[in-house]
Amino acid sequence: MHKKDQPLIFELSKEGRTGYSLTALDVPDVDIQTLAPEGFIRKTAPELPEVAELDIMRHYTALSKRNHGVDSGFYPLGSCTMKYNPKVNEAVARYAGFAHVHPLQETSSVQGAMELMYDLQQHLIEITGMDEVTLQPAAGAHGEWTGLMMIRAFHEANGDYKRTKVIVPDSAHGTNPASATVAGFDTITVKSDNQGLVDLEDLKRVVGEDTAALMLTNPNTLGLFEENILEMASIIHEAGGKLYYDGANLNAVLSKARPGDMGFDVVHLNLHKTFTGPHGGGGPGSGPVGVKKDLIPYLPKPILVKNGDRYDFDYNRPDSIGRVKPFYGNFGINVRAYTYIRTMGPDGLKAVSEFAVLNANYMMRRLAPHFDLPFDRHCKHEFVLSGKRQKKLGVRTLDVAKRLLDFGYHPPTIYFPLNVEECMMIEPTETESKETLDAFIDAMIQIAKEVEETPEVVQNAPHTTIIGRLDETKAARQPVLRYRKKETVEV
Amino acid sequence: MNHRYLPMTEQDQKEMLKAVGVEKIDDLFSDIPKKVRFQGELNIKPAKSETALTRELMNMAAKNADTKHYISFLGAGVYDHYSPTIVDHVISRSEFYTAYTPYQPEISQGELQAIFEYQTMICELTGMEVANSSMYDGGTSFAEAAMLAAGQTKRKKVLVSEAVNPESRAVLETYAAGQHIEVVTVPQKNGITDLDSLKGMLTDEVAAVMVQYPNFFGQIERLDEIESLAHDSKSMFVVSSNPLALGALTPPGQFGADIVVGDAQPFGLPQAFGGPHCGYFAVTKKLMRKVPGRLVGETTDDEGQRGYVLTLQAREQHIRRDKATSNICSNQALNALAASVAMTALGKRGIVEIAQQNFKKAHYAKQQLTSAGIELAEEGFTFNEFVIKLKQPVKEVNEAMLEKGIIAGYDLGRDFENRRNQMLVAVTEQRTKEDIDTFVKELAQYA
Repeated sequence: MHKKDQPLIFELSKEGRTGYSLTALDVPDVDIQTLAPEGFIRKTAPELPEVAELDIMRHYTALSKRNHGVDSGFYPLGSCTMKYNPKVNEAVARYAGFAHVHPLQETSSVQGAMELMYDLQQHLIEITGMDEVTLQPAAGAHGEWTGLMMIRAFHEANGDYKRTKVIVPDSAHGTNPASATVAGFDTITVKSDNQGLVDLEDLKRVVGEDTAALMLTNPNTLGLFEENILEMASIIHEAGGKLYYDGANLNAVLSKARPGDMGFDVVHLNLHKTFTGPHGGGGPGSGPVGVKKDLIPYLPKPILVKNGDRYDFDYNRPDSIGRVKPFYGNFGINVRAYTYIRTMGPDGLKAVSEFAVLNANYMMRRLAPHFDLPFDRHCKHEFVLSGKRQKKLGVRTLDVAKRLLDFGYHPPTIYFPLNVEECMMIEPTETESKETLDAFIDAMIQIAKEVEETPEVVQNAPHTTIIGRLDETKAARQPVLRYRKKETVEV
Repeated sequence: MNHRYLPMTEQDQKEMLKAVGVEKIDDLFSDIPKKVRFQGELNIKPAKSETALTRELMNMAAKNADTKHYISFLGAGVYDHYSPTIVDHVISRSEFYTAYTPYQPEISQGELQAIFEYQTMICELTGMEVANSSMYDGGTSFAEAAMLAAGQTKRKKVLVSEAVNPESRAVLETYAAGQHIEVVTVPQKNGITDLDSLKGMLTDEVAAVMVQYPNFFGQIERLDEIESLAHDSKSMFVVSSNPLALGALTPPGQFGADIVVGDAQPFGLPQAFGGPHCGYFAVTKKLMRKVPGRLVGETTDDEGQRGYVLTLQAREQHIRRDKATSNICSNQALNALAASVAMTALGKRGIVEIAQQNFKKAHYAKQQLTSAGIELAEEGFTFNEFVIKLKQPVKEVNEAMLEKGIIAGYDLGRDFENRRNQMLVAVTEQRTKEDIDTFVKELAQYA
């Protein structure tokens, strides 16, 4: 591909051009200086670009062409559930009655929006097997922190102030320990055994009177179902702790095993993963939290209630942890998730998990001869390979990932989970066809062959992208985090 | 199972099961203990066809009073502003909205460059040196600012003006509880932070003084005076700001703010019943390595070509785990892109014009309302919001106004005991003189 720099929008700016259309001021004009205290009216305009509308559209179209999304090609990024984002969801979220309503309108004027929220909650309660759900958290990590704050409130309400520790497996997402810290807990790590599952003996060792909760992803980040989940639940519950479910991997078990039935007390969901809210280049997401009965009093407020045919917000929640976000959550993403769930129905959601799991096992078995398979058993919706064999030949997993770019693929998640050497974590999702999987498998096999025959081709990849490997060290050592006009002196 | 999102055929299934070496799909779930295996069918609504579902949802949406059909004077943190049509066209390009976080820079240059441009625009508006790639919203951004200040100063108390949006203050309270940070409210007097009270509250235990500009009641806080008070006690100065107002107002950076936060919703983001919006987070260069969330930086590739990467990641949860500066992972990237497009469309001239129109139209509305006999709750310089006093409960007035096709203002009695029957009115550039005159006429009967 021809390498070419796309100028920054600021570099396309030319004095005197405009890209907007405002209705002319139709009220009597006044001197702006009289409307603010002296010195509070800005003396120089902010240096925003001056460009015409076509320039803007061409600029962003050019940028979009320098970006890979699910609609561009296969995106088997483990733990991220990069499934197809249905277009009808986008249309529904843009209906005026959903997109252009204000959160503080009188509730009589937003009954439709509240009805959608309420029905989404009911669906999520049934899907997770929990007793109540809040839609307030904005994303997965936000849901984790919300859930942990509720667990803390629960323990403290019981006068139990010594529970300062949250246990997380060594294979956990990085957000788990980070959320525990933000919620005021210390983190303890529990090891995985040689089967890739939580080591029960180690769990018994770390659990105690100071245990507030165990955070668990099931299936875990290796794509393996924690078979001993009931034993783990009883170990934690007998110690007086709570069991937290990280819903990042729910796509594997829809209608197969519900967190509520596995013994979990708190669940967060990533509606932007399992329930097709688009990832948006990093967000916005939505991270609803479900709880069992004994944690309901601590839910963030307000909660949504239904009285007869009328929906209301209940702010009178004396034990609530409070607000975790202004208003009621990322409603626009929740509309998309609701549209998806209603499109799939019970049979559809069941098929989602079945096909996601079959796709993953198929890929795993076909790739196993060519890479190391650290855990040789059925996986769920994703699996991990190790690039150990390739590393011995001087080619690292990072190189394999970069080589995949030349074939038009987004690489798998790499170097995560941390407990597998040279890890590649592959999640195909159910929306990909067998032909797509086969083509990707062929590319991986070819790369494995290249590693043996022409390793430099892989080591120096990518060869076809619009830009080569970027100097990340330079970016961090001499940070340039914004554009400045050339003549401006660096601060 | 035939479904338009599921390409698996029966033939595919047979071939794949054979390759895996199992007889049926259910065998792949044999590792789930019987006791926790879900039996039967989920008790949720059956699937609907595309046509049937969109018809149902369109009817559900139609039950809501939306600002495309009603004239809105409601703000309080979320606003009905001009959104250039081009914004939705750009963010509807699926290379943007179906992508993940740009962890593979070679095939994510578009997103990375767009965010780099967004960071620059936020710096320009706020007068700050560094801005991150976005936070969930203004409220959580405000709370994260308090946590940063506490961490940086090693102090455990923050002073927050009562004239900060109550939703943001409530979110801060929740975050602070987790971090054992004490939140103390600085009272407002006549709709503006009471500086005499603030003076008496500042000690060497205070991590930050936090105000909003323009504040919740629309007033323009004296950032110059607050800055010197905050910095005299070596506290950080945190300002939450409506970024659109900064097209007209002197930016907080010029008044010496250490952290400036807020929500970019006024730039091309629909109100969407409260979210998703787009928090922004801007700091001085000194705090660059303490910022929560993702940062995009410029660098070069192996041939010297300019490119962009996620940088200073040692701050973040996926590297630092429990030692990270924040637990944020997903942010509001697509909305930051939308805000960038809106800011670009407005440009250097438009941002000033739109901000000044807000000032002037709200000023006109204020004058007309007072002429019609409606009392202002307080005097003072205001941006696009101000407070009026009514003779009746605001809720009743609002219900009556809805009948006239008007979404009236915010009921301040919900948050402030002593502000019963007071309404916070927002007048943006979207409101025509005719809209304002109608509103005044309808409201006059409640004077």
